[in-house]
Amino acid sequence: MADEPKSGDKTRDPRSGGPQSALGEAAPEPAAAPKPKPKPKPKAPPEAPKGPADQPPADDQERPAYFGGFEKALPGAMEQVSYWVGDWTIIVPAAALLEVATYLKGSDDGSFDYCSDITATDWPPREKRFDVVYCLYSTRRRHRLRLKVKLGEGESIPSVTSVWPAANWLEREVWDMFGVNFSGHPDLRRILMPDDWQGHPQRKDYPLEGPGEFLLESPMEWLRLRNLPDEAEIE
Amino acid sequence: MATEASPIFDTDELVINMGPQHPSTHGVLRIVLKLDGERVIDADVVIGYIHRGIEKLSENRDWTQIILLTDRMDYVAAATNNLGYCETVEKLMEIEVPRRARYIRTVLAELQRIASHCLWLGTHAMDIGAMTVFLYAFRERELILDLFEDYCGARLTYNSMRIGGLPLDIPTGWDNKVRAFCDLMESKIPEYEELLTNNRIWLERTRGVGVISGEDAVGLGLCGPPLRGSGVYRDVRKDEPYAAYDEFEFDVPLGTNGDTYDRYLIRLEEFKQSIRIIRQGLDGMPEGPVMGKVPRLIKPKAGETYHAIESPKGELGYFIVSDGRATNPYRFRVRPPSFCNLQGLRPLIVGHLVADVVTLIGTIDVVLGEVDR
Amino acid sequence: MIETIVIPLLKIAVLLNAVLVSVTFMTLLERKVIAWAQSRLGPMRVGPYGVLQAIADPIKLILKEDITPVKADRMMFTLAPIISLVPALVVFAVVPFGGDELFYITDINVGLLFIISVTSIGVYGIILAGWASNSKYPLLASLRASAQLISYEIAVTMTLVSVILTAGTLSMVGIVQAQQDSGLWYGFVQPVAFVLVLIGGLAETNRAPFDMPEAEQELTGGFHTEYSGMRFALFFLAEYANMIVISAVVTVLFWGGWLRPFPSIDALAFLDLIPSWIWFFGKMFVFLYLFIWIRATLPRYRYDQLMRLGWKVLIPIAIGNIVVTGIAKVVL
Repeated sequence: MADEPKSGDKTRDPRSGGPQSALGEAAPEPAAAPKPKPKPKPKAPPEAPKGPADQPPADDQERPAYFGGFEKALPGAMEQVSYWVGDWTIIVPAAALLEVATYLKGSDDGSFDYCSDITATDWPPREKRFDVVYCLYSTRRRHRLRLKVKLGEGESIPSVTSVWPAANWLEREVWDMFGVNFSGHPDLRRILMPDDWQGHPQRKDYPLEGPGEFLLESPMEWLRLRNLPDEAEIE
Repeated sequence: MATEASPIFDTDELVINMGPQHPSTHGVLRIVLKLDGERVIDADVVIGYIHRGIEKLSENRDWTQIILLTDRMDYVAAATNNLGYCETVEKLMEIEVPRRARYIRTVLAELQRIASHCLWLGTHAMDIGAMTVFLYAFRERELILDLFEDYCGARLTYNSMRIGGLPLDIPTGWDNKVRAFCDLMESKIPEYEELLTNNRIWLERTRGVGVISGEDAVGLGLCGPPLRGSGVYRDVRKDEPYAAYDEFEFDVPLGTNGDTYDRYLIRLEEFKQSIRIIRQGLDGMPEGPVMGKVPRLIKPKAGETYHAIESPKGELGYFIVSDGRATNPYRFRVRPPSFCNLQGLRPLIVGHLVADVVTLIGTIDVVLGEVDR
Repeated sequence: MIETIVIPLLKIAVLLNAVLVSVTFMTLLERKVIAWAQSRLGPMRVGPYGVLQAIADPIKLILKEDITPVKADRMMFTLAPIISLVPALVVFAVVPFGGDELFYITDINVGLLFIISVTSIGVYGIILAGWASNSKYPLLASLRASAQLISYEIAVTMTLVSVILTAGTLSMVGIVQAQQDSGLWYGFVQPVAFVLVLIGGLAETNRAPFDMPEAEQELTGGFHTEYSGMRFALFFLAEYANMIVISAVVTVLFWGGWLRPFPSIDALAFLDLIPSWIWFFGKMFVFLYLFIWIRATLPRYRYDQLMRLGWKVLIPIAIGNIVVTGIAKVVL
């Protein structure tokens, strides 16, 4: 698993796509933090999480009122529903996103007029590695909903700037940090990183130590540093 | 200046670069302005100059270590950042926080709101040229920093909360100091108002400047005082109560015109409401522990959540994904209120004069540390 | 020979030094007064209560590196601060600091006109500085300065016409004597004109709340963004010298120059024991303090609002004032 090649990565960002072994090491980052980091081989590192938990709601969990209308208006758009610690999440297909967004904003019992946040999560082992997450809020009904869209490398997702102008910068940030392409975005540029930056830093296979330049100049040195025992080891 | 010039003269637009080293861009904000005379035709807001990758760093830190990083985002309101993060993790782990801790958190958060608004008031007035208010506001902010120093030993980056409660109970006599501060602060607010509220020049500089309708503000994702200034009733403290806000009485001031003056009045009123909340918090402070039952190793179950609080700047949200196995979050995302408010800057400044640009940067109250993270 | 050359030259030398020294102490006064207004102490390190700061600052400015930007128009860039300072100093030639002939260099019969003309030259320094810097912020500042000059020069000059009508003379000494004869300071006779000249004076000296050409929060220092060292110091001197000029002019025109309060009331004759020049400097100081006080209190006007104030408020009032004065002059 650790050496699983990242498809499509090479084409998009040449720098972090360079030394494959280093990348493979970096991939299971989150799970590997405490223990297996120092040595790549001896112990098999725990598998990187393959995807979010997306716990389904309990059967007796009362569903929000607008779910009914939503399913009726856009049959098939509700791929999956998840409920966890009080938050409802709907997983929708990328193709239907714009319709869903327009519907949710316009519908009377939903009226999600406020786009709190747009972000993404990267699950490298999964085929559709990105989860693009939309945190919505209704200033009239005062309830929240999360939309989630699964997206593969190189695929693009319709921009929701036409529905919520707030999405403009938030989508730019997701593009900057994850390389998720938003089609129809009016101004898709990098926002936090410099314009000429290579790679997308929030991806899980983007190295944490040192900037991309360091990696490019001496990949072996980078590997050596990476394999040193971690001082901040906990437990 | 915007009249039709005769064709003899060259009438190019002037592209001017405001920032990142400009005295009133509040840090390292850069705005590329396209000017016709002094009128702004178009603007490009460029950010990212202090991007430190706090989100990425946090994904590789212990759950507790992250509190320290949240301090560095909105560094003028570190306690609210701590609060938002701790509450999000508590929500994810379903930890019950003791009532006393929630009360103290509320008091700290409101003190922080006053401190942040003091800084805002000072710099905003300074941008418009009223330099005295700046020092008056800082004088009071200094007292709040002293209170925080008494509480947790730090003056700027407090690291003042822990997952499940607070690291420390309040020191003896601290509540009386806070009460004394509240009384003092109440007597100082008229001082600011005297210098600004009815000042003709202040009125001319702020009224009708940067008007945004409630609908547009919601669409643009503005939050906090800029949103309330447009008359939208939206305060996370009321809508989705956290800490102990559901136990306190306070009003949410709303504006009517959605201009800079309304936003100014709202923040001044928030001073008073914050004092009211602090007093209620101190008077009703329950006895008990300040730390809830938290497992020794913090390791939330796999799952994700988004939790928002009302920071002085607006809705501060944390979206955290845990994979259930590691002692660090799988995904740590901050919804910075300044970032979303700053997005509203471009529509606000287009059509205004250069002098208004600095007014409008001031009125949306951005902290670049939070914008860039 | 002695009467016509040596004594005036001596007077000029004394006055020039006095003005320059008082300007350096003006900066200290300004810092101190603003500090007190803002509940802080101001400079405290150099000398007792920071008194020597007034000397340390010029020394620092003189020793600083004098930078000329590569793309600047060298000649104009050097000339601009000089153009700005010299008129401010020249004006002192006709300001009567006391009743005796010893206290003024000369009394020309068009003194007021001379002041109006010469002070307007000063603003060319600002305009040229902004243009010669070949930099965008200074350029905006120089545009603002020229707009401001036009709006305020007219209003102030128009207002002064009504004073001239009342006094019947353009000579600065003559105006004070006219006030002595009428027994009233013109501040009481022409209160509207007094306020207008005060506001216009603030605008002409580019002081808060009309300090748009500087406006460090907007234009990062405005016309002197690119200046450093002594050339910057010249602008600084010019600004404060202009403040002193305006204070002196307002004192002469509206507060009776060197006259004691209520010169017609004999019961107050004991006030004449105080020398005339002390009265003059006392009154001037009040205005200088007022300038500083205003700076510490008021926010800054916006450029279009300032123009509006100039054209739509001050000029109509000034014209109305002339008409009223003229009618009053004929009727009374």
